[in-house]
Amino acid sequence: MIRPFGLDEALFIVFAIQWTLALSAIAFAGGAVGGLIIALLRVSQARLPRYLALGYVRLFQGTPLLMQLFLVYFGLNIFGAGINPWLAASLALTLHASAFLGEIWRGCIQAVPSGQSEASWALGLGYVDRMKSVVLPQAAKIAVAPTVGFLVQLIKGTSLASIIGFVELTRAGQIINNATFVPFKVFGLVAILYFVICWPLSLLARWMERRFAVATQR
Amino acid sequence: MSNTSPDGRSGAAAGTPAVEMEGVEKYYGTFHALKHIDLTVARGEKIVVCGPSGSGKSTLIRCVNQLEAVQKGRIVVDGIELTAGPKNVEQVRRDVGMVFQQFNLFPHMTVLQNCTLAPMKVRGVDRSEAEKTARKFLERVRIPEQAEKYPAQLSGGQQQRVAIARALCMNPKIMLFDEPTSALDPEMVSEVLDTMIDLAREGMTMMVVTHEMGFARQVADRVIFMDRGEIVEIAEPNAFFSNPQHERTRTFLGQITGH
Repeated sequence: MIRPFGLDEALFIVFAIQWTLALSAIAFAGGAVGGLIIALLRVSQARLPRYLALGYVRLFQGTPLLMQLFLVYFGLNIFGAGINPWLAASLALTLHASAFLGEIWRGCIQAVPSGQSEASWALGLGYVDRMKSVVLPQAAKIAVAPTVGFLVQLIKGTSLASIIGFVELTRAGQIINNATFVPFKVFGLVAILYFVICWPLSLLARWMERRFAVATQR
Repeated sequence: MSNTSPDGRSGAAAGTPAVEMEGVEKYYGTFHALKHIDLTVARGEKIVVCGPSGSGKSTLIRCVNQLEAVQKGRIVVDGIELTAGPKNVEQVRRDVGMVFQQFNLFPHMTVLQNCTLAPMKVRGVDRSEAEKTARKFLERVRIPEQAEKYPAQLSGGQQQRVAIARALCMNPKIMLFDEPTSALDPEMVSEVLDTMIDLAREGMTMMVVTHEMGFARQVADRVIFMDRGEIVEIAEPNAFFSNPQHERTRTFLGQITGH
């Protein structure tokens, strides 16, 4: 019994956007916290934290996001957390985003001229004040454009959570397609919806990048 | 917090020299940047350090507040042994002001915020007090009207005077100047030097790396000539300029004054 692809089916897919956005928001928020920690460890004076953070980043940059999702999904089950797509998808994407944001932000921190840290040391500022008041505010300005760029990657990356049974935009498409068998229409709609979310963000990132380039020309 | 009285001059160790360096050795990898440096700077003394580029003169003064770590030797600043651990480094940095060639003002803060940040964060001074002090020192370096501007809106000379005011707001006992006029357009050099001369007259202990020999003649108690990581010659300015003892010093002075 094949259902026709009508308004209800289309709306089912459209409403699944909220779960894509929710998952993206969780991963981005978690990744922001984790990324800041990773970035700070990566620029630490001490060798051990630097290498630990580097190892973490290399691990997550060197494996596919899908494997990370599988490992967290099945790993949680082994450690007794049960089969929980929400938890697994949030955790895996957070770990993933932490690694990538950490590496982006490390670059931004290191792009702040070393004279800024030297001036802070010479004034007697401690680590926290130097980072909070001097280095990070300047790094943040540089970081905005590449961070928005990564957010676009992350939103598209949430589609992989469909494979562990998390019902977001892509999974909603699969469900409707299984009932209607009009894959081109269904996944065409899914793709358009991703595009509608991501394209404005890409424009925003480009605009910010240009604005930053102008601001640093002098 | 600190054992300094409000005038900042009395410290626990009055009577001891401002800076003592003993057998200091510094390497960058295999490059021997400082070779067995022995130097004592008295309180209130003004030292000018000169020498060809790469001679170690900047490295020398950057050791005084541990922007450069040394591999061997002892450095005591205001009675506190720098080389004895990180707690001491923190304490010394509070009491040693530094002015850089590239100004290193914080570009995202106004002039006033640049001047109040460290007193508030490090000394725990409250904002109104810190702003009052900052305005006083901005007045002293003759740019009180620029307090609300950002560094990028100021000329190089004005930025360097803000940098001097920022350091003074911490009420330092010693001021280090690392080629403070080298990045300035020629017409702005004198406004910065005048500020430094005022500071010298007020009795500040100063170590100045500079090529401004006129400043050295006018202000220095002693001039140090460095070459290849060594202190070649130390003399009072008159003797230093009229009767240098070493061939290397004569060659250098010939190069910078001789055309």
